[in-house]
Amino acid sequence: MQTPTHPAYLAAELRLPTNWLDYTILGIYFVVVLGIGFAARRSVKTSLDFFLSGRSLPAWITGLAFVSANLAATEILGMAANSAQYGAYTVHWYWIGAIPAMVFLGLVMMPFYYGSKVRSVPEMLLLRFDKAAHQLSSILFAFAAILIAGVNLYALAIVVEALLGWPEWVAIVVAGFFVLAYITLGGLSSAIYNEVLQFFVILAALIPLTILGLKKVGGWDGLTDKLTADHGNDFVTAWGGTGIGSTNPLGANWLTIVLGLGFVLSFGYWTTNFAEVQRALSAKNLSAAQRTPLIAAFPKIFIVFLVMIPGLVAAALVPGIGTKGSGLQYNDAIPYLMQELLPNGVLGIAVTGLLAAFMAGMAANVSSFNTVFTNDIWAKYVVKDREDAYYVRFGRLITAIGVLASVGTAFLASSFSNIMSYLQTLFSFFNVPMFVVFIVGMFWKRASAKSGFWGLLAGTVTAMVNYFVFYKQGVISIPSDQGANFVSAIAGFVAGAVVMVVVSLFTKPKPAAELQGLVYGTRSPGLSEAPAEGDDAWYRKPALLGWGAVILAAVCYIPFSF
Amino acid sequence: MSEHPESRDNGGSSEHDVHRAVTELEGESATAARIFDLRRIIGGLFVVYGVIVTIVGITDDQAAIDKAQGVNINLWTGIAMLLLGLFFLAWLTLRPTPPPVPAAAPDDDTPA
Repeated sequence: MQTPTHPAYLAAELRLPTNWLDYTILGIYFVVVLGIGFAARRSVKTSLDFFLSGRSLPAWITGLAFVSANLAATEILGMAANSAQYGAYTVHWYWIGAIPAMVFLGLVMMPFYYGSKVRSVPEMLLLRFDKAAHQLSSILFAFAAILIAGVNLYALAIVVEALLGWPEWVAIVVAGFFVLAYITLGGLSSAIYNEVLQFFVILAALIPLTILGLKKVGGWDGLTDKLTADHGNDFVTAWGGTGIGSTNPLGANWLTIVLGLGFVLSFGYWTTNFAEVQRALSAKNLSAAQRTPLIAAFPKIFIVFLVMIPGLVAAALVPGIGTKGSGLQYNDAIPYLMQELLPNGVLGIAVTGLLAAFMAGMAANVSSFNTVFTNDIWAKYVVKDREDAYYVRFGRLITAIGVLASVGTAFLASSFSNIMSYLQTLFSFFNVPMFVVFIVGMFWKRASAKSGFWGLLAGTVTAMVNYFVFYKQGVISIPSDQGANFVSAIAGFVAGAVVMVVVSLFTKPKPAAELQGLVYGTRSPGLSEAPAEGDDAWYRKPALLGWGAVILAAVCYIPFSF
Repeated sequence: MSEHPESRDNGGSSEHDVHRAVTELEGESATAARIFDLRRIIGGLFVVYGVIVTIVGITDDQAAIDKAQGVNINLWTGIAMLLLGLFFLAWLTLRPTPPPVPAAAPDDDTPA
């Protein structure tokens, strides 16, 4: 990958021709966002209401929030950038890199998460391992959440500056204020409600853009002909050139794609990233919690077309995109098409959708950060045993602090030209080690209480060493950031697993009585609840939904495989 | 949030403590009873957006249509958004919010 040295994030000539109409549409959205915050305020009575919506939301809401928390604007701009840079390989992030993990979360892991009534992912590690693992995972997560919230905020500021001409600090203050306001008011419920709303607005923005983009380049055939002529045949296939030893733009072979992206990175992200899992934990019963990631899987299968096609269209229209001569970076793909194709009106919807997506992405991280910081750090180790209302007040305070801190971390993101690569780098550091500890702890009874901490530490350190020392210093040669992320993920996973096994063999196992409902094959006392009425309908069967999604994703690969 | 220091010093927090604490909070939770129905908000917003964008589409000049590759994209997007909004409102009408299960403690209902 040739990293553009040009520091500007989006080209200055991308200024959109917005008018009063577009601003009216944007203004209505901001009013509704705040209104949701105020209206949700009266539902917050206990800390459980504030941090987990009282575990009472229906599955369609938590499911759409689950996909929406991931469908932040960094994902939208980043995956379009990925497509413009690497081509149709982007489908891997969806069909192998998301669907199997989401289905695994719903079918296999959710009974443990939801049934044990934990309020966060680190709390699960506290039950399965010990306080050391709990503290380390809570701190790592809180740290990562603020970094990622900062990515969203920074990206928002830059995009708003380029598209609308607002100074960066205005965009940061406005977006930070709205996120701060609606989360402090309504807690997780208002974050989730806004995510669901954002889901529909972003679809209303991306669908017209994709259709017009395809029309501009002469349909799918016109697009693939042009890209094949410019970039070679592999650019529009999923697996072309991914044989071990052959070269391709992604810098990864089929083995690192399947193991690094498909297994380690994506399972790490989808099954143990609390910003996602929190949405499922707020569902009203086990069936709804299981269906949360499964309902999310179906839109996820098709959203790839709405981000990949604009990215490919941009690559076809601007052959030198991403190089200095073109004046456009990979991240510019979607804003460039908005400017070229959308008239006022739909343009306002598209700007609203992007801003909404940035705010939702930030809000997802802030709302998971405040939960972990309050429940797992503050209430367990710092100020214990206060009345419940105290923790609600503290949660509101830490929300404000979290938003302020993410303003600070925003500037770290600026050194990466492909924001998706930066995010995946962070995920390989933070999510992958968490996942290995989880998966070993869940499937291997013998994994001892002490092994959790050491596995987590070893995995995190190994992934970081691989990235900063082996890749950045050129000790091993990996052609792209993304390829390096896959290798870091695999290395972190293997190191974590090996250390866990070794530590377990030398330390005492946890008594079987303390593992009920935490290890595969045992049942949690909470699982005895009777299923709610109507949940036995065939279209609500988790197994059917889950396997349906896996088969659909596999079928989607067929046209991209030959 | 009951703590039993003497039984918790072995490193692992008891599953029962978490279970009990969360069950207690679930009993006092107010979200189910008080949260508004999101379908009304989605429906309302998309009807408003749909009407605005459809009107823009009807009154669009040729330049706007040319920009969008000859498609009256405002009109089509507006109609689609309007239909989505109406779908949510219809769903709300046909299957209204179920009445909340009567809470155990009707007193002490000041929002935190």
